[in-house]
Amino acid sequence: MTACNAAAAASGARVGMAATQAQALIPGLDVRDADPHGDAEALDRLALWAMHRYAPVCQADPPDGLAIDVTGAAHLKGGEAALLRDLATRLQGVGVTSRGVVGPTLGAAHAVARFRANQSLIAEDGVDAALSPLPLEALRLPADLPAGLRRMGFERIGDVAHRPRAPLQLRFGAELGRRLDQAYGRSGEPLIPVEAPETPRVERVFAEPIGAPETLARYAGALAEALCGQLETRGLGARRLDWLCYRVDNRIEAVRVGLAKPVRDVRRLTRLLTDKIETIAPGFGIDRMTLAASAAEPLNWRPAAARFGAEAAPDVSMLVDTLANRIGADRLYRLSPVESDVPERSTRKVAPLSAPTGGAWAPDWPRPTRLFRKPEPIETIALLPDNPPTHFTWRGVRRRIRRADGPERIFGEWGRRDAEMWAVRDYFQVEDDAGERFWLFRAGDGEDATTGSQAWFIHGRFG
Amino acid sequence: MPAARSAHFDDLRAKVRALEQADRRAAGVLPFEVATLDAALPGGGLALGALHEVAGGGDDAVGGAAAALFAAGIVARLPGPVLWCITRPDLFAPALNHAGLGPDRVIYVEAGDEKALMACFEEGLRHGGLAGVVCETSRLTMTASRRLQLAAEASGVIGLAVRRWRRAAEAADFGQPTAAATRWRVSAEPSAPLPVPGIGRARWRIELMRCRGADAADFILDACDETGRLALPAELARRSVAPPAGRRRTAA
Repeated sequence: MTACNAAAAASGARVGMAATQAQALIPGLDVRDADPHGDAEALDRLALWAMHRYAPVCQADPPDGLAIDVTGAAHLKGGEAALLRDLATRLQGVGVTSRGVVGPTLGAAHAVARFRANQSLIAEDGVDAALSPLPLEALRLPADLPAGLRRMGFERIGDVAHRPRAPLQLRFGAELGRRLDQAYGRSGEPLIPVEAPETPRVERVFAEPIGAPETLARYAGALAEALCGQLETRGLGARRLDWLCYRVDNRIEAVRVGLAKPVRDVRRLTRLLTDKIETIAPGFGIDRMTLAASAAEPLNWRPAAARFGAEAAPDVSMLVDTLANRIGADRLYRLSPVESDVPERSTRKVAPLSAPTGGAWAPDWPRPTRLFRKPEPIETIALLPDNPPTHFTWRGVRRRIRRADGPERIFGEWGRRDAEMWAVRDYFQVEDDAGERFWLFRAGDGEDATTGSQAWFIHGRFG
Repeated sequence: MPAARSAHFDDLRAKVRALEQADRRAAGVLPFEVATLDAALPGGGLALGALHEVAGGGDDAVGGAAAALFAAGIVARLPGPVLWCITRPDLFAPALNHAGLGPDRVIYVEAGDEKALMACFEEGLRHGGLAGVVCETSRLTMTASRRLQLAAEASGVIGLAVRRWRRAAEAADFGQPTAAATRWRVSAEPSAPLPVPGIGRARWRIELMRCRGADAADFILDACDETGRLALPAELARRSVAPPAGRRRTAA
């Protein structure tokens, strides 16, 4: 038996059992032939998927693992913890049970993912604490080595990690030391990035390692030009570029650039790549570079202007790409109207270059220029049920209300949340003595306690 | 001054201006379509291809509501997409729509810090295909504003720095010199009373605090309408005598 699911494991089946024994133990056990080839292929497909979704450097880690170099890529998903959550949810969605760990080294993450159930993040200086209590099998050693070590009295990784290396090496060979060094980050462990054969890709190998930013920029341009040539023969435009710089010490510096529209313009691609040069640490030098269009789409030219003589609409996609690659694609957006009366729900972020929505908000209702993220409570004096306040105190300043307009009654959206079944807000636009205008509301209709607390809030200010 | 000498000076000034603008695009001006306001500005309107500073007065130095709407009214009257750089996402898009700036025209950039914000602002100004770039910032140094001004001159795009501070005390920073072409302060004024209960059109005191090539002045005007235009208050516009030009002040 090479694998079993959780239900079978709970009934007493163990990996390594004879299939007949398991069948005798569990009546009606569903037995399938192992398919190592199929598994390996599926794992490669999974690695490709992770490469598209998470980071440019991903590697299948047979028999059951996936290694992703998230350096410089985690923030795009909202941090390492969020990336792990996203990964686990998506894998669960396709029926794959998974354990994810982010750590400073592949060895440490590999060990903790398999031998510790309750930790998913290893701090930069927490490798020793995380690894010490784990059994020796966690070190990815040859099959007979842990048993031999155990015979010598070593039970945990912590027992061997701080021993003098020479006697151990004499007795057990170099493999133990190598794996320890990899797990503790004392020696590098290169990932071999998975690549799809159909991806347009260009490569450049250097006789002498390069490292100066100007040199990098020059070769980025050369690579972009070669890649555009490849894209042109296939009629494609790049949607995403993965620029991998292989350092002489076997580490890979990866740069990923996203594009809002398919692009095959050497100058634009070069510009986007050179913008990212400062994120590359060349170390002792870079001796190989590859540039791949890991996402490419057919490039369809469209006429710039609809009519002859009409002025072409300005193309802001270059600007959007430049800014998105500098500060993150999710920080660049348009706000489009949503059919909702509740003010905080009436806008929705859409991609900056998405097609015009054409819609707009109702033009007749007063809406403040600044809407507070959370309405702030204020102290007021107001006549119930539907008079505006005569005074209000907000952030320690008392203001007398000269003029007011309202109420504009907004009902809770019972279709969205049960709690809003009866909720009501009465909004007033008020102007104080100085002419400053504010948007106040009362939670509730002023009569019925089920509609709200009848407390007053300020929700925004007008210009 | 004798007329001949004054003509000579005008000639010299024109020559100097031509020298200064040798490598710039002649970007033109955007008139406010309010006679008194346009008369106070050189060229009869707000210079395109230049950096302008706007801040709110009083409480609004922190709130930044009127200043943002003033900026929205300016870029709404120019064709093309608008880049709006922010650090705090509290701008309410329906209000910009009321000032004539539709949701399909504004691209928001939420920068993490002031440094990234300035970089985005400059990048937007350099691009050249936008109607204008608005940036809500608290710090605008001489060096930064000089860079922005040069970027705006090169591309002919108008740049509006909406100055907005975290605390009212920091608003004193607005006295520091910058390379911006004009500096405005927009503060709320009580609106005209209506014959019925309710609130009429908002009214602003618009102070032109500093302007390259013209004097400082201030105006009381009705706030942006749905096309982004300011207007002379109705009771002033209907008066029999000509409305007074912007009150003169000592140059700030």
